[in-house]
Amino acid sequence: MARKDPGPQVDRRKFLTGVAAAGAATAAATMSTPVTRAAEPAPAARVPSALPPSMHVAQAETGTPREPARVPGIPGSDFMVDVVKTLGIKYLPANCASSYRAIHESLINYGGNKQPEFLTCMHEESAVAMAHGYFKVAGKPLMTLCHGTVGLQHATMGIYNAWCDRVPVIVVGGNDMDAATRPPGVPTFHSAQDINALVRDFTKWDDTPVSLQHFAQSFVRAYKIAMTPPYGPVMISLDAGLQQEPMKDHGEKPYVPRYVPTAPPQGDSGAVKEAARLLAAAQNPLIVADRAARTPNGMRLLVQLAETLQARVIDQGGRMNFPRTHYLSAPPTAVSSADVILGLELSDFWATVNSYTDNAGNGGIGTNSTRIKRDTKLISISSVELNTKANYQDFQRFQVIDVPMAGDAEATLPALIEAVKAAIPNDRKGAIAARGEAAKKAYTEGKERTRAAAALGWDASPVSTARLCMEVYAAVKDLDWSLVASEGNVSNWPNRLWPMEKYHHWLGRSGGYGVGYGAPASVGAALANRDLGRFSVSIQSDGDLMYAPGVLWTAAKHKIPLLAVMHNNRGYHQEVMHVQRLSNFRNRVANYGGDMGPVGTRIENPDIEYHKLAESMGWWAKGPIKDPAQLGPALKEAVKVVQAGQPALLNVWTQPR
Amino acid sequence: MSTELRFALVLAGILFNQAATAAGSAEKGKAAYVQHGCWQCHGFAGQGGVTGPKLAPNPMPPEALSAFVRNTRGAMPPYQAAILSDGDLADIHAYLLSIPKAPDYKSIPLLNH
Repeated sequence: MARKDPGPQVDRRKFLTGVAAAGAATAAATMSTPVTRAAEPAPAARVPSALPPSMHVAQAETGTPREPARVPGIPGSDFMVDVVKTLGIKYLPANCASSYRAIHESLINYGGNKQPEFLTCMHEESAVAMAHGYFKVAGKPLMTLCHGTVGLQHATMGIYNAWCDRVPVIVVGGNDMDAATRPPGVPTFHSAQDINALVRDFTKWDDTPVSLQHFAQSFVRAYKIAMTPPYGPVMISLDAGLQQEPMKDHGEKPYVPRYVPTAPPQGDSGAVKEAARLLAAAQNPLIVADRAARTPNGMRLLVQLAETLQARVIDQGGRMNFPRTHYLSAPPTAVSSADVILGLELSDFWATVNSYTDNAGNGGIGTNSTRIKRDTKLISISSVELNTKANYQDFQRFQVIDVPMAGDAEATLPALIEAVKAAIPNDRKGAIAARGEAAKKAYTEGKERTRAAAALGWDASPVSTARLCMEVYAAVKDLDWSLVASEGNVSNWPNRLWPMEKYHHWLGRSGGYGVGYGAPASVGAALANRDLGRFSVSIQSDGDLMYAPGVLWTAAKHKIPLLAVMHNNRGYHQEVMHVQRLSNFRNRVANYGGDMGPVGTRIENPDIEYHKLAESMGWWAKGPIKDPAQLGPALKEAVKVVQAGQPALLNVWTQPR
Repeated sequence: MSTELRFALVLAGILFNQAATAAGSAEKGKAAYVQHGCWQCHGFAGQGGVTGPKLAPNPMPPEALSAFVRNTRGAMPPYQAAILSDGDLADIHAYLLSIPKAPDYKSIPLLNH
């Protein structure tokens, strides 16, 4: 018996009938029976002779009688937990807040703190970024809870990064709507008419449910929208009263809608055929991919298309699209010789085929120039065309495309591959094979130039970024490694030198370039890798870490193994040169204020002892390492620590880039 | 390239050459290289990176360096004499000249996985 005075009684037969009629066979999760995986569609709705008991019913039948609850009835937030559990959300990184205290209590007590497990975070931005990083490994979204006002304000930059990086995150903000009954003072400071307005410009969808049935529909809908390409964050405002109040008997019991994934949109068949015709007839076709591969299968499909055409591939690195060890892998400069360019989920097609130089030309606004031949044909497949908003400018400059397709690249690739095969005439096959041989030669020569460049400054102190990256690679190469974040610009050495071949070898970047993503996203990704038995390593920059270093404590608290190797160049180097550039344009000596760069851009005097910071939060740590010869031995120690299940940090003083 | 710009480049080269001959100090140049922020894009050892090309070893001739530094309209902003004196530029060139050749990458095990 759960409660002596349960308020509106739940009639098991009527309740189950309601659930079954709605086709919610997976809704009645129990504490002893794990819910089905949310990403997989549940079996077709049938009316069963009996369903497993809900958690309420199971407790009523088997639990120990308890003292009566002070608030009678079944809490609305318990039902909300039932809804959440149907979607198989494994973790819930969040910073605690009173506006969601009711669902918080239900999650950890009624829900047993499983599916999802609450992860204690010290900043809402960290919580969102953890969910961001987690998804890019696991392919499954997490939810986070926050105060709908001040907490959401903290979370916004993380949500913007997820939006720009096309990553689903389910954000739920607590908000006490009823001005007549909510507590005065702080809770009222923390309430608003429409909390979702804060993030509406960079979320795919939002809602403010006003009943439990409304919540069930909204939550499943939010999950479904977030998980339909193009993926993206969604927002639900959760009224404190709705969470706290007992379920009301309106005659019909609330049910949980079944989640069925929506098939991703594909490019129009006529446009696919035209694209194939252009590619098959091209002398020098080129593929450029940014977020083309949503899954490992996306990589396999891209390899298949590239090999069919013997077309070189520029991987812009929004995701791991193409193996770096493949001879068709090409540098960004390859656009200049292409006569047909296929862009797959490019975040910036304009900058792919044009360049902008910040040189004070044109009255101070800089100069633009094309990087491609005049008659080069452009093809685009992008799902983002289906989900563009007006305010934030993540859609970038406008580029005229000859064959634009609004559709998901990965979903369109199978049709495009078949169309290309059909379009290649027999008399072109010899020329296509010869193109492949030329690509092999270019690839080999390019690798040699890259290695020679990496040798420059090899023994310098502070440690060169090439040396840093290759020492790290040597330490992890025999493990099933995953580079979970590489923030702070290390001249792209991992992508240039590491033999990245698996989807989890590279997870892309922040999306919106909001600094502070690297540390929390790497912890979230490491959490997913932990569950998959993989080794996580990040190249962690100094400025990024200091936005919200509390995520280090979260990693230690929840036993998330991660090797963080710091690229500590002691400055915000992206900004250093902006101020230097403007000083030079104005013919003024930049004021360094006693530091090594313009005032306001350096993180020195005093130097931050990141190793001590990490140690204070439960990490194994060492540093500062300035001599490159000390780096290899320190890495060996750190790898052992991480393999034992603990996070480890090395504070390495590095060259700027 | 305009006639005026070509003239300016030649003149700058001549002036720099004189300065370099008179005052090229690698030791001072190392300090000037840091003081004027060259390291920010090119690295402390002139090794370069994605933000700036390598400057050493084998730096460009002093007159070419001067012409570029004073007149560039590329990604690097120009450094006029009011910001970077001819003497400092000559010292920086001397410093770049002093940077030894990098080891052959084939001799570095970590670059030969």
